[in-house]
Amino acid sequence: MSGPSAPDLATDLTAAVDAVPPPIIAQTMGEYWRTWLARVRGGDAGALPVVIALLAVTIVFTILSPNHVFLSPENLVNLFDQSAVFIVLAFGMGFVLLLGDIDLSIGYVAAIGGIVTAQLVQPTPNVPWPLAVLAGLAVCALIGLLQGSLVARLRMPAFVVTLAGYLIWFGVMILLLGTAGGVGVTGSQTNQQAIYSLVYGYIDPVIAWIGLVVFVAIFATVLWRRDIGRRRSGLVAPPLGLTMAKILLVAIAGIIVVAICNVNRGRDLPIVGVPYVIPVVLLVLLAWTVLLERMQFGRHVYATGGNTEAARRAGINVTTVRTMGFVLCSMTGGIAGIIYCSQLGGMTTNINGGQLVLYAVAAAVIGGTSLFGGRGRVMDGLLGGLVIGAIYNGLYLLGLPIQWQLIITGLVLLAAVSVDSFSRKRTAHA
Amino acid sequence: MESMTGPMGVPARTAPGRAPGTAPLDEEPLLRLRGISKRFGAVQALYGVDLDLPRAKVTALCGDNGAGKSVLTKTIAGIHEPDHGQISWEGRPVTIRTPNDASALGIETVYQDLALADNLDIVQNMFLGRERMSGIFLNEDSMERAAAQTLAELRVTTVRSIRQPVATLSGGQRQAVAVAKAVMWNSKLVMLDEPTAALGVAQTRMVLDLIKRLKDHGLAVMVISHNLNDVFEVADRVAVLRLGRMVAQADISTLDRESVVDYMTTGVSSRVVPGPTSQRPEA
Repeated sequence: MSGPSAPDLATDLTAAVDAVPPPIIAQTMGEYWRTWLARVRGGDAGALPVVIALLAVTIVFTILSPNHVFLSPENLVNLFDQSAVFIVLAFGMGFVLLLGDIDLSIGYVAAIGGIVTAQLVQPTPNVPWPLAVLAGLAVCALIGLLQGSLVARLRMPAFVVTLAGYLIWFGVMILLLGTAGGVGVTGSQTNQQAIYSLVYGYIDPVIAWIGLVVFVAIFATVLWRRDIGRRRSGLVAPPLGLTMAKILLVAIAGIIVVAICNVNRGRDLPIVGVPYVIPVVLLVLLAWTVLLERMQFGRHVYATGGNTEAARRAGINVTTVRTMGFVLCSMTGGIAGIIYCSQLGGMTTNINGGQLVLYAVAAAVIGGTSLFGGRGRVMDGLLGGLVIGAIYNGLYLLGLPIQWQLIITGLVLLAAVSVDSFSRKRTAHA
Repeated sequence: MESMTGPMGVPARTAPGRAPGTAPLDEEPLLRLRGISKRFGAVQALYGVDLDLPRAKVTALCGDNGAGKSVLTKTIAGIHEPDHGQISWEGRPVTIRTPNDASALGIETVYQDLALADNLDIVQNMFLGRERMSGIFLNEDSMERAAAQTLAELRVTTVRSIRQPVATLSGGQRQAVAVAKAVMWNSKLVMLDEPTAALGVAQTRMVLDLIKRLKDHGLAVMVISHNLNDVFEVADRVAVLRLGRMVAQADISTLDRESVVDYMTTGVSSRVVPGPTSQRPEA
């Protein structure tokens, strides 16, 4: 800290120490480790529960699945594809959860986004696929604007507005699909192929490796330059070791993912490469992380979720922030819907929007986003979505009937919420 | 920070037939209220209230529950607009219709609930709603340096890091952050609503020292307080409201605890405290 070092006022310092996030006081790795341990004991474990959950789920399913098929490259790529939908839904849900609201309609809104895009790339309108995607997202954004305005301007409870939305968009979805009851994207025209290959198109292995190197290099440079800038201007920067560990972690995770995807997983014909959906998910993750953590709008989202009255008195237009939160939530849901459409090869009236909502909430909360507003990161959706995806995938591999999948997912959600409530209680006591 | 550069020697002007109980001031005060009235439906909250808030002085606003302290404070802060009366700021007549008007003049209020977002850190709270940007991104380093400087000037040095969430701070530290947030914006008048109400002994000490430091920086400070110990500890002047009327406004040296309690409860005091200026009870 750059201020005067001699405290001249008597206050209780010790009470607050345990709850301070490690990077802001620790100067060395040892110190970092000790403050981190103290904080975990204090009830705020950060990403620890979700990482443990992910490891536990992986170990259990690897042991239980026939021939340990869970960890096979083929299944892992499948798991990434399945998780992508939950992850992106959780990114969207994150916006409203940060505001202390909830969006129960996101499942069917996502479905509508996917359906609009899919219908526009059908042979008759044959709209170029980028326009079709934009149209799908625009429809979802409009739905978000409508629901967000009802919540923010008319002060209607988000729970009720989006519960009504759940029914309305479910009905609209069936109307859109008409008598055919479905719309496919497995056709042969370029525009349909583009949507389909989001999940079933693969990046050339060499390009994937180059992309990974470029990505890690940019990530490292940004992190490194920020630290150097802070040190130069006399501010506290995280220890060098921590920054290097972060960069290393991202590099290793990237290498593992690319390596797995580059193993031939085809039975008859060779299937090799990273599915396009993985960089798409990463792009959404990066964009929303920058928006929430580096831009004014994001700061105002956290402030509104943490203390709406304080935000209002600080001159923040709380109504606009809340409305925009719902717009971004629904629009991100639309991205998930298009991924889902690609994964299923089309959309039908069988889409279970209710289950998608629960998985989205579960993924965000398991990742560490609070249901009570103000706490959470976009990254939480990624980690939580992987846990949900792994459970979904693993239970399927075990051949457990749907009733057990539902029960187990519900129990995991309960466990995640109890961690959230527990850490909130501990923070309140501090 | 505003220094004591007011027009020295300007005789205190009192509106004709008004301002009973107002001790004459040597100079034009930073903020002068004359005949402020406010009615909410059937309830008359303020009756022709006069109040002077001079620079580099702490004025304590006392009064029992329902005396109109909050309404008066919110009138100055731009939350309520008065029905009648004049407000002059630095000698010029002004109207304060919205909180933004008050901020633009340099009036900041620290309410009892402090209006801090617990999930944000100290820097984020201090700059909330007025973030410094570089392009489209937040300029965190610039904000952090400025926040550290303000806290150092106020000698709030007990926080471990200005990047810790406000939720992890003690009550006194939270109050200090709320005050630092208020004085950060070239404010000239800071109003504090019950700043020590929820604090322990050591924390109260810290906040009272902080209030004295604001005064030393040349700010006008108004402290709303029930706690007469605190009032007599930090205040230079005392203004007492009773049932919407200003019943006394005087230098602290002309009052003692009993006389303030008399004013708060009955509106008059027969006690005579020897001092340089004498206050007159309301006629």
